[in-house]
Amino acid sequence: MSIDLSQFHQVFFEESFEGLDVMESELLALSPESVDAETVNTIFRAAHSIKGGAGTFGFMQVSEFTHQLETLLDEIRAGQRTLEKSHVDLFLQSVDCLRAMLTSLKDHEAPDMSRAEELKKQFIAILKGEVASSPANEADAPAPETAADAGPEGWVVRFIPSTDLLQTGNEPFRMFRELQSLLEDGSQLQIEVDSSRLPEFENLQPEQCYLSWTLTVTGAINKADIETVFEWVVDECDITYRRLGEAASADNASTDNAGANNASDSSSESESSSDAANIATDTNNVTVASVAEAPAPVQAQITSIPVADATQAPAPKPAKSADQSSIRVSIDKVDSLINMVGELVITQSMLGQLGQDFDMSRLARLQEGLSQLEQNTRELQESVMKIRMMPISFAFSRFPRLVRDLGAQLGKKVNLVMQGENTELDKTVMEKIGDPLVHLVRNSLDHGLETTEKRIASGKNETGTITLNAFHQGGNIVIEVRDDGAGLNEEKILQKARDRGLVAQHQELSSEEIHQLIFLPGFSTADVVSDISGRGVGMDVVRRNISELNGTIEVKSNRGTGSTFVIRLPLTLAILDGQLVRVRDQTYIFPLVSIVESIQLQKQTLNNITGSQPVMKLREEYIPIVRLDQIFHLRHRNESVDDAMLVVVEGDNEKIGIVVDDLLGQQQVVIKSLEANYQKVSGVSGATILGDGTVALIIDISGIGKKIEHRGAQPGKEQAA
Amino acid sequence: MPSILAVDDSASMRQMVSFTLKGAGYQVKEASDGVEALAEAKRARYDLVLSDVNMPNMNGIELCKNLRQLGDYKFVPVLMLTTESAGDMKMQGKQAGATGWIVKPFNPEQLLSTIKRVLG
Repeated sequence: MSIDLSQFHQVFFEESFEGLDVMESELLALSPESVDAETVNTIFRAAHSIKGGAGTFGFMQVSEFTHQLETLLDEIRAGQRTLEKSHVDLFLQSVDCLRAMLTSLKDHEAPDMSRAEELKKQFIAILKGEVASSPANEADAPAPETAADAGPEGWVVRFIPSTDLLQTGNEPFRMFRELQSLLEDGSQLQIEVDSSRLPEFENLQPEQCYLSWTLTVTGAINKADIETVFEWVVDECDITYRRLGEAASADNASTDNAGANNASDSSSESESSSDAANIATDTNNVTVASVAEAPAPVQAQITSIPVADATQAPAPKPAKSADQSSIRVSIDKVDSLINMVGELVITQSMLGQLGQDFDMSRLARLQEGLSQLEQNTRELQESVMKIRMMPISFAFSRFPRLVRDLGAQLGKKVNLVMQGENTELDKTVMEKIGDPLVHLVRNSLDHGLETTEKRIASGKNETGTITLNAFHQGGNIVIEVRDDGAGLNEEKILQKARDRGLVAQHQELSSEEIHQLIFLPGFSTADVVSDISGRGVGMDVVRRNISELNGTIEVKSNRGTGSTFVIRLPLTLAILDGQLVRVRDQTYIFPLVSIVESIQLQKQTLNNITGSQPVMKLREEYIPIVRLDQIFHLRHRNESVDDAMLVVVEGDNEKIGIVVDDLLGQQQVVIKSLEANYQKVSGVSGATILGDGTVALIIDISGIGKKIEHRGAQPGKEQAA
Repeated sequence: MPSILAVDDSASMRQMVSFTLKGAGYQVKEASDGVEALAEAKRARYDLVLSDVNMPNMNGIELCKNLRQLGDYKFVPVLMLTTESAGDMKMQGKQAGATGWIVKPFNPEQLLSTIKRVLG
């Protein structure tokens, strides 16, 4: 029978990536000063599983590479070698390398082996170092033994089992049956039993094996094949082989016995050397034929793998590669879903029955049923959303490594503290927040924390601390990146902003306002652009990424004691808390988070400074006033905006007043993509379907802001004097 | 049809073993470590136990030792799935009472032919 192993690949990759994550985090916990046995064990197990799986599923490059890593780990585990810091570094690099290899293989590409070869050499160098390896003497001994075995005529095997044989679940009868099955046509197996070891009946232990046998095989059979039958018991049992027709001398038997042991070594040796051959050959033979023929299939297998993967794999399933992401859901969540669907079905059948012959007397029951349906639906919605929720530890997990490497590179001692790792957020949000977080942590390490000397000079602990904290607050998740470094240098920031013309020379700013400057495009405070933070990606990009997620970022800083970046994000991108508004005959939705206030427009506050664009003075601040009916080209009445209802919203730190005819309710809306269903419309971030079936557009506040800027209006940023 | 208890902490290996054996008509129960396997073995009687060696909580060697303590499993074949062809691991397995071993990596055909050796 043939089984397509590729159906297990997805699971294999998933668990291997998980294994690599485990290895990485455990390696970071490992230090040469205190080697924890269980930590080493966990790392070893992860490596071991990857090696085993890779071998089984045909990824020989991976399994061979992991083998080196595993060998060194095993020596450390067994106490044959003491762990050094260089080992940990090498292991960590190997984890990266394996991750890259597996990623390529997952995408059906041939992995880049140059790095693996490089690391492999380092492993081999370490392994050769102190501990004398035994394989050398094993290697040359067995070859002549097996090579000389091709005797055609047959064998006489004397099999004297240990009396404990049955206790290990081995059964002589099944071995003989196995031997019988190896025979080709024309061969014969003759079995003689020897009961001379049977004790007197009263001394007989029923669970012991007292019998022994002489097996005579006539016909063409290799000794190695017969040996495989006794492979599992050869060490405990007395097994002697004699060529058919040779005299059984006492001398011969004893050397043969030694030979048998030797041969067992050789078969185990050849098994390890020809792991690949086992996979490659299609034979039903469990054990290995002979050392001599092993190398050829090994090579064939190695060269054929990448070719096969590259040519045939992508053809049948081209769209399946990188985008096919999956999500692991705890069984509790699934159970609660099933539970809820059950209740929904009950409610539905109740309503169905009610509808069959309905009269007004049953109105109360109908209302009750509908409210139950509403509750079921809401609970179901919440549970489904929870499926997408994952603990933020998935995003945090890369930081111990990052901080360790960066700290070493910058020569700073850093302690990373992570809190609230179990705080859950939407998978999509998590994926998108990863890069901004990396940037913030890098920034804190590079610019935030002082050098060790400076820290000592200012009386601080020489080890700096970076804290990542996550928690829920209202409908948001808050992520903080905190360092106990020098804090923002306000004079330097202000000076730089003035040099770049971002702030007028004589304008005075509060501390708060100065801190916000670092989020402006083209701002970098490091005296020297380092290759750590100065990658051309500034805080402005971080802020933009976060506002794309409908989130906000702010910074708090205290001179001398450090800075804290606070990110606020919605828990999910699929559902939005919205304010429904009516403009003419259309309903629009404003994201609730962006609404500052709703006010009645008053004539005296209006000002047509720029002609076409009316602005309004709202508490010492001028905000532009926008009419949605103009922007979206609705039939608009030519009346003025006097006395209209105004919703003040904020996007990209700029306030806009939007004129609406009526404020309707607030509700959670499910966001549908306009791009996927229609086309991109500027000023609109998506659409939703309301309870009465009509489609309502969701307003993209910062998009509207940009639209009016294009029309030449003032963005309303400047402060009133 | 004989029933088999397949024990491995790696889900992909477990799936592969289980799929192969089910395809050949065996009844298969999966367990992800020794503790789980031992509990399962006490609950029902299996005709063969296939176990990985390196596992969290209870490894394959310990599992085997524990199984042999149970009256029902005194003679039941226990095969270890091992990448270690080294003699040391085999000795440990045998001392724990393992019947034999299958060296990883193996393919489905090899798995089935080895299993036939100890069943029936």
